Amino acid sequence: MPAAGFNRRVLIVGAGIAGIQAALDIANSGHEVVLVDRLPSVGGHMHQLSETFPTLDCSQCIMTPRTVEVGRHKNIKLYVYSEVEDIQGGIGSFRVQIRRKPAYVNWDVCTACGACTEACPQQIPVDFDRRLEIARATKSGQLRTIGTGKAIYTLSPQAVPKKPVIDVEHCTWFQKGKCRLCEKVCPVKAIDYEQQPAWFEEQVGAIILATGYELYPLEKLGEYGGGQVPDVIDALAMERLLSASGPMAGVMRRPSDGKVPKEVVWIQCAGSRDPELHMSYCSKICCMYSAKQAMLYKHKVHDGQAFVFYIDIRSAGKRYEEFVQRAMEDDRVLFIRGKVSKVFREGDKVLVWGVDTLTGLPVEVAADLVVISPAMIASEGTRQMAEMLGLEVDEFGWWTEYEGNLSPLETTREGIFLAGTGTGPKDIPEAVSQGSGAAGKVLSLFARWNGGGEGQPQPDGADTGSGGQP
Amino acid sequence: MKVSYFPGCTLNTTGKGYDTAVRASAAAVGLDLVELSEWNCCGATFPLIIDNMLELAAPAHILVSARAQGVGGSAPLLTTACTTCYNVLNRTNRFIREHLDERDRINSFIESDYSGEVEVKDILHLLRDDIGFDTVGQKVQMPLKGLKVAAYYGCMVLRPPAEVAYDDPDNPRSLDDLMASLGATPVDYPHKNECCGAYLAVKAPEVTREMAYTILRSAHSAGAEAVVTNCPLCQFNLDRRQREMTQLRAGFVPLPVYYFSQLMGLALGLDASGYGWERHYVDARPLLRTLGLWNG
Amino acid sequence: MRVRLTAESVHNELVRRIEEYSGQDLMACYQCGKCAAGCPVAFAMDMLPSQVIRYAQLGLVETLLESKTIWLCAACQTCYTRCPKGIDLSRIMEALREIVMFERGSHINYDELLPEDLAEWPQQAFISGFRKYAL
Repeated sequence: MPAAGFNRRVLIVGAGIAGIQAALDIANSGHEVVLVDRLPSVGGHMHQLSETFPTLDCSQCIMTPRTVEVGRHKNIKLYVYSEVEDIQGGIGSFRVQIRRKPAYVNWDVCTACGACTEACPQQIPVDFDRRLEIARATKSGQLRTIGTGKAIYTLSPQAVPKKPVIDVEHCTWFQKGKCRLCEKVCPVKAIDYEQQPAWFEEQVGAIILATGYELYPLEKLGEYGGGQVPDVIDALAMERLLSASGPMAGVMRRPSDGKVPKEVVWIQCAGSRDPELHMSYCSKICCMYSAKQAMLYKHKVHDGQAFVFYIDIRSAGKRYEEFVQRAMEDDRVLFIRGKVSKVFREGDKVLVWGVDTLTGLPVEVAADLVVISPAMIASEGTRQMAEMLGLEVDEFGWWTEYEGNLSPLETTREGIFLAGTGTGPKDIPEAVSQGSGAAGKVLSLFARWNGGGEGQPQPDGADTGSGGQP
Repeated sequence: MKVSYFPGCTLNTTGKGYDTAVRASAAAVGLDLVELSEWNCCGATFPLIIDNMLELAAPAHILVSARAQGVGGSAPLLTTACTTCYNVLNRTNRFIREHLDERDRINSFIESDYSGEVEVKDILHLLRDDIGFDTVGQKVQMPLKGLKVAAYYGCMVLRPPAEVAYDDPDNPRSLDDLMASLGATPVDYPHKNECCGAYLAVKAPEVTREMAYTILRSAHSAGAEAVVTNCPLCQFNLDRRQREMTQLRAGFVPLPVYYFSQLMGLALGLDASGYGWERHYVDARPLLRTLGLWNG
Repeated sequence: MRVRLTAESVHNELVRRIEEYSGQDLMACYQCGKCAAGCPVAFAMDMLPSQVIRYAQLGLVETLLESKTIWLCAACQTCYTRCPKGIDLSRIMEALREIVMFERGSHINYDELLPEDLAEWPQQAFISGFRKYAL
């Protein structure tokens, strides 16, 4: 018997690859999905990557079929550039308040022609490119480092939706009352500097939290330069440099002066496996992505040398070990077993002081470019969302599963599920699997509400407070 | 501002010139250093063996003396101008505050009842936070214009950071900022917190020579013409070993190594003649003369 | 010749003494090498600072008692400051020096000092040197 007053719609918080997978699985089964993301377009961090391990597939190429489908799916109500501000109620009847941030562009009218971005005079460092500042020759032939984005922007050429937003902190009109060039060049008059935030209420019966991760900030790693040393960048910044759709169109140059880096160092476990000073856990994916980045670097700079300073190599997934061996054998990436102690600038080189524990020799490399593999941490706002929902995060800020072994996708509240890196470091196949897994949990719930399965439906609005779906 | 002052054995003997400079320049900026009426050597290194009660007795005795003198604010305040003494006294003080059984044993040995009432602060910390480098700057009579100086911090005021550091252990600024307030040009370089070798001077001076070379070469490449430090042993290691360096390292350019109070006294317009210039191995006066900063 | 490792050999009396004197848990070290990478004296040592712990973990303390490394530690605390497991390696170095000196006497003697050195050393060099190298 169908359960009355049961809302068979789902809210998915976060449109990274896990959230996208969950959304498509549920939408394709005929149910409605409300998919919310704080960025102007979907895809999360996977959207920033160059190629994925171990297949070296172009990340955007494999993602785009999914992101496009999410953008067009009749059963997916997509809120991008939005935040979930409040959630009330319980399983079967959650009431969600969503605030859409003002883009200052009327997306209903915008045709995504790109003229505004082209015209914008404000060249600024942008979050999507990890605030890289890259050397460009000025008209007089001097070298200056400048940001890679504009104050009115879309995230990338493959962005879905591909509609721009204005970064008010860097927009000359908002800061100084001048310019408005984007308005002048827009052929459809889509620019609206007066746009206000918009509020929406959605009612859903279940929630999937796919809030994702961030990288530990370089500022906290003082011995590695604290984020202040030129040509010392983090792993996602390296992905942007390597990416064919990145700020350098995949041409390998170092940010400070545009030189081709001939010696590149990767520093592993920066902030991970460090219970004394940073995060105690292993961030799982960095051994693999550094091997990958080193290989991609070698494919672009044939006479370059890659050095990876590691403690252990964790390559446990399918074809992962073979991939790392390829890096060593085919691309002659030199893996040096020893954690780096200090990184500093000397002239136009970046000195890396490390050690090879296997030979017992203190070593140093005068690198052209240094890539740091920082710890993965929970994305900003996870803790606040946990408080809002009465859920727990662990001491590091990761979502706490109902039970780590047998219920990794459930929380202590019925109807609220987890997927992706929000619970802790994991790779893309795991995130996608969890997305489908959480979708399965939700669909099973919906099926039971249709009278098709075991277990009694709960009264409208009640939250039993106990977890563990039967 | 009044504070108890522990000179330490080095500033009382080979470093007497630095001590003279410290007292005079501190007084000139309103920091009244009241020497402890009773003091002994601090031990010159914090003992690292767990069962080290006897070695902690000496610094504990100094802290008792500071408590008795009672100079300071709400708590008796003790300062020193030797970073090693600061490190030993600070760590001893914390140890006594945190370890009750050991505290009883030490107290029974030194016949006291000390429980960590004194606050130990390095003199640079006082100058930065309690006096203020702006105040120091205002009292400068002869700005050290043109002096490109690399600040060398060594280890003892920075590590272990949780216990002793009042500055960023990876990128400290306090000595650089003091130099700037005196009108000099501090030169940044990556080895400002790299160890000089300390007591290795006694058994392995050739090792301290290499360590000093690493530091000095880095300072020189960054454009420094001089080094300034706040530890008499660092000053010795960086200065004394340059004698061999000029023979062994082609192209090595000697750098005078100043003690911070010498430069401070000079800049404040005080009589610098008694500031220990004769003890320098690399004569520290010619550079000052060239820059028109020598008043002696 | 193989080094035979047994349950007794890896937790022998000397290992116990090192842990007792230093207050450090030798098995907490996962040999990342960051201490050795940052040690300012490692260039002059006959074994890396991290290898000192490794030999102790394997129970092979005799080798350490013969090493030059333990006498070259300057107690600069860089290792302790950066160790991801919070191990104070400088305490382990001091424990090893104590063990050697208990057996063989002081590593420095006043009689062998040269008058010109005594004249030029700052007091603290002399005192800390004797603190570290003499009983």
